[in-house]
Amino acid sequence: MAIEVRIPTILRTHTGGNKTVEGSGDTLAALIDDLDSKHSGLKNRLVTEEGKLHRFVNVYVNDEDVRFTGALDTPVKDGDSVTVLPAVAGGC
Amino acid sequence: MGVLRIDRATYDAVVAHARKDHPDEACGVVAGPEGTERPERFVPMLNAARSPTFYEFDSADLLALYRDMDDRDEWPVVVYHSHTATEAYPSRTDIGYASGPAADPRTHYVLVSTRHHGPRTGLAGDDVEFRSYRIVDGEVSEEEVEIVESYLFGHSPTTVVYD
Repeated sequence: MAIEVRIPTILRTHTGGNKTVEGSGDTLAALIDDLDSKHSGLKNRLVTEEGKLHRFVNVYVNDEDVRFTGALDTPVKDGDSVTVLPAVAGGC
Repeated sequence: MGVLRIDRATYDAVVAHARKDHPDEACGVVAGPEGTERPERFVPMLNAARSPTFYEFDSADLLALYRDMDDRDEWPVVVYHSHTATEAYPSRTDIGYASGPAADPRTHYVLVSTRHHGPRTGLAGDDVEFRSYRIVDGEVSEEEVEIVESYLFGHSPTTVVYD
């Protein structure tokens, strides 16, 4: 078992075009490190230099937006499904 | 200069949504087969901010939308929203989000302005501004909007579902 991660279209340049990839880790941060070791450059797109989740990116563990569950510290486990999406917002 | 080709029914549906939600900003997507430039399925979204100056897809709605598109092998060909007091041009906030690291630069951003015409007046010149842009790394380029009579020749008609 592993954690399945769904990758948005533009970030598939890092995953050889794959829509989903698999990774492991106990927290979202560890999972992203693991993914980055196999798909170089992915971490830079998701995490800022200050080590925070990028504000224009939404990450969900199963159905939960990680902003409400501890952000990068959100626990993850085998069998979870993680989804990365672009936040859609704006204003005049 | 790029071009957005959009069918009349979808164009009208976007404009109608903007009018209906005025003075709040309206927002939504037009999905199409992944990898194509064909905006075929109109999906109005709720503006979670319910604001005249800001729009935001609710986080849970966004996940549901993308799951649905994924099941249909679609992507958002168009992301649209309205400005209700300013011109139909991307704001700094719009550009910031559209340049985010997970935002696809192949998206067409449609901006509609209802600043002059909230409710339909039926008078001449009662038009809602409808413009389209590409936004790549903070750079905005406007593109032509070409209205075609139908994208759906040989397909079932677009379903228009308001939340």
